Amino acid sequence: MAERVLMKGNEAIAEAAIQAGCRHYFGYPITPQTEIAAYMAKRMPKIGGCFLQAESEIAAINMVYGVASAGQRVMTSSSSPGISLKGEGISYLAGSDLPALIVNVQRGGPGLGGIQPSQSDYFQSTRGGGHGDYRLIVLAPASVQEMASLTVTGFDLADKYRMPAMILADGTMGQMMEPVALEVPEQTVYEKPWALTGTRMQRRHNIVNSLYLQPEELERTNLERFERYKTIEQNETRYDAYRMEDAEICVVAYGIAARVSKNAIDAARAKGIRAGLIRPITLWPFPSAPLKAAAEQVHTFLSVELSMGQMIEDIELSIRCKRPVQLVNRVGGMIPSPEQVLAAIEKAAKEGGARS
Amino acid sequence: MSTKNILIAGFGGQGVLFAGKFLAYAGLLLDQQVSWLPSYGPEMRGGTANCSVILSDTAVGSPIVSAPDVLIAMNLPSFQKYQPAVQPGGVILMDSTLIGEAPSRSDVTVYAVPATQMASDAGLTSLSNMILVGKLLRECLPALDTVRDDALRKVVPPKKAHLIEANQRAIALGSAFEG
Amino acid sequence: MIVASRPHALLDVPTHYCPGCTHGIIHRLVAEAIDKLGIEGSTIGVAPVGCAVLAYDYFACDMVEAAHGRAPAVATGLKRANPENIVFTYQGDGDLASIGTAETVHAATRNENITIIFVNNAIYGMTGGQMAPTSLPGQVTQTSPYGRDVKHCGYPVRICEMLSELEGPEYLARVAVNNVKNVKAAGRAIEKAFKNQIEGKGFSLVEVISACPTNWGMTPENALKWIDDNMIPYYPLGVYKDRSAKEAEQ
Repeated sequence: MAERVLMKGNEAIAEAAIQAGCRHYFGYPITPQTEIAAYMAKRMPKIGGCFLQAESEIAAINMVYGVASAGQRVMTSSSSPGISLKGEGISYLAGSDLPALIVNVQRGGPGLGGIQPSQSDYFQSTRGGGHGDYRLIVLAPASVQEMASLTVTGFDLADKYRMPAMILADGTMGQMMEPVALEVPEQTVYEKPWALTGTRMQRRHNIVNSLYLQPEELERTNLERFERYKTIEQNETRYDAYRMEDAEICVVAYGIAARVSKNAIDAARAKGIRAGLIRPITLWPFPSAPLKAAAEQVHTFLSVELSMGQMIEDIELSIRCKRPVQLVNRVGGMIPSPEQVLAAIEKAAKEGGARS
Repeated sequence: MSTKNILIAGFGGQGVLFAGKFLAYAGLLLDQQVSWLPSYGPEMRGGTANCSVILSDTAVGSPIVSAPDVLIAMNLPSFQKYQPAVQPGGVILMDSTLIGEAPSRSDVTVYAVPATQMASDAGLTSLSNMILVGKLLRECLPALDTVRDDALRKVVPPKKAHLIEANQRAIALGSAFEG
Repeated sequence: MIVASRPHALLDVPTHYCPGCTHGIIHRLVAEAIDKLGIEGSTIGVAPVGCAVLAYDYFACDMVEAAHGRAPAVATGLKRANPENIVFTYQGDGDLASIGTAETVHAATRNENITIIFVNNAIYGMTGGQMAPTSLPGQVTQTSPYGRDVKHCGYPVRICEMLSELEGPEYLARVAVNNVKNVKAAGRAIEKAFKNQIEGKGFSLVEVISACPTNWGMTPENALKWIDDNMIPYYPLGVYKDRSAKEAEQ
């Protein structure tokens, strides 16, 4: 087993990316994710990789587009305002069926917002973020260990399904240190016959492109892509369940909100309230099936978020509004306390699923 | 010890984050579950800096320490801000050189250590943080003292290895302080 | 005896360009350079957004379609990923000198080892004739119907002059394709811009003054004359930077 070392979440992402075979990183400084760029700047030149500080977030994501076109593993990272700028390039990656990993260490918004942790880019990332019909595989780490392991997963899924994947973290996950064991498994090598490497005069030219002027053709590419998305929904949905066996109240939370919720659930259990946690690890595909199943067992759901009620919509859709879903949140860089979540659990226990 | 929630708070530049890293690494060396979470951003530049450290026998839930078992207060604003948050029965370690106020809490154990003065007297300027840590190890976390040197080697960057000895002295000084 | 034939690097497909448009000539010059240097198998082209958007269907080498203005960034990624590939972008004036100015300037200042073919026809062609960053003072376009008023919307951008102030770039040249002599000179400049990349010399940009009879509202013949009378006086032809040549002189 690899030695456990203390690492910041941001550094864990960078090191895991390198171990997953990523040799190209492009980024632009923004708090609270700059450690990723700093780590890459230090390491890449020593391992024959390329770190380049781009002139803008827009340039960075388009450099990513270039490397992805060449069929190589590539990554960029930013925080919320910078991700908005990357939205254009992400749409092009999706439209051209290119694999790449994008890291969003979220901060409060909208606009320039703040620099403290947030989860308010949930809609942006789970719905795509840029223009057009497309999805991103969205992975939500809740520990420094997962910052590392989901980075590896992100590269793998991106290659496997030829699409961009995103790590949706937050300032807390990026800045905190926890023990992490970097054990990156042997990476599956995916054939990329579509990659731009030069024809060597051996084949017809490859074209990487998202432009289809014939609507029938563009429709076909959309339909094919969404067939692929269906496979992903079936095979790649990931979640974690905590004390759900006999739960009557189901807390749903990801990332830092899940960590806070665990404390609250333990405290509730100590008071004899049967609460449990379903923690989505993939935000897209969203773990709808386990939530739908939980709706047969629990009387109330709580959506604990660092946003104004974004994930709650996916919960309600998943359970077809069968049970009440209550929002427990703080925003703008504030984090719900375990006490706030516990109070909501206690209130839900008292109400017993009655709809207000 | 099942779980210790530690909050270290002071000015930027007092070694708040470093002291926290030391504790986290010492916990890791004892195979504990640990987390270390700094405040970040502009407030770190000259303003108040703090960091949450959790040492536990079980998986760490929230890494945010809002109700500390142990508060290390390194300046007056931090002392005033976080004193009310300390758990009943908890511990406050304070740098009494910089904090002229007496604690108002009677349900906590208080160790007032003139750490800045002691550091200055011993020629260990800027190591008041580790003097307070020394006192913490003796009073609350004796197990961590057994891995003190290994933890220091983990957190002191190789380029500054010559500072390990000074850190050891600071910890010893704090540990020996009676009061 | 074959006197002239289609360059191998140019596919045998009909293009969408308007009658009298000089994109066809420029495509050919690029393809001839690729043929002559024997680099088709290792070349990757980056197509822009604008009239040349479908260039990926016309060149025989590997091609990628970039977002509007982002071709130099995409080329940077490609070149960094595979330094042995020859990477060129083919961009219009709106793409390179307006929405993509930052990408252009920074690829130049990094001396990114890529080749840029910059087609300046002083108008947005694909969208139907709007004012470009390089439209001339007084030029009537769909979005400057009373003529470009420099007090209102500023002056045209002279890319070669602007970039020549940077330490970074290796080679900057402005050419035109409105007569045989100019076309021949343009071909030589384009070939040099590719050769520089092969030799690892760095960022080479050739600005090609081009005609857009459709959106200028002229016959093709008059459009070529308009280049001589209006474009070239504002955009003088010549080499604006050639670091290696200068170093050789010294």
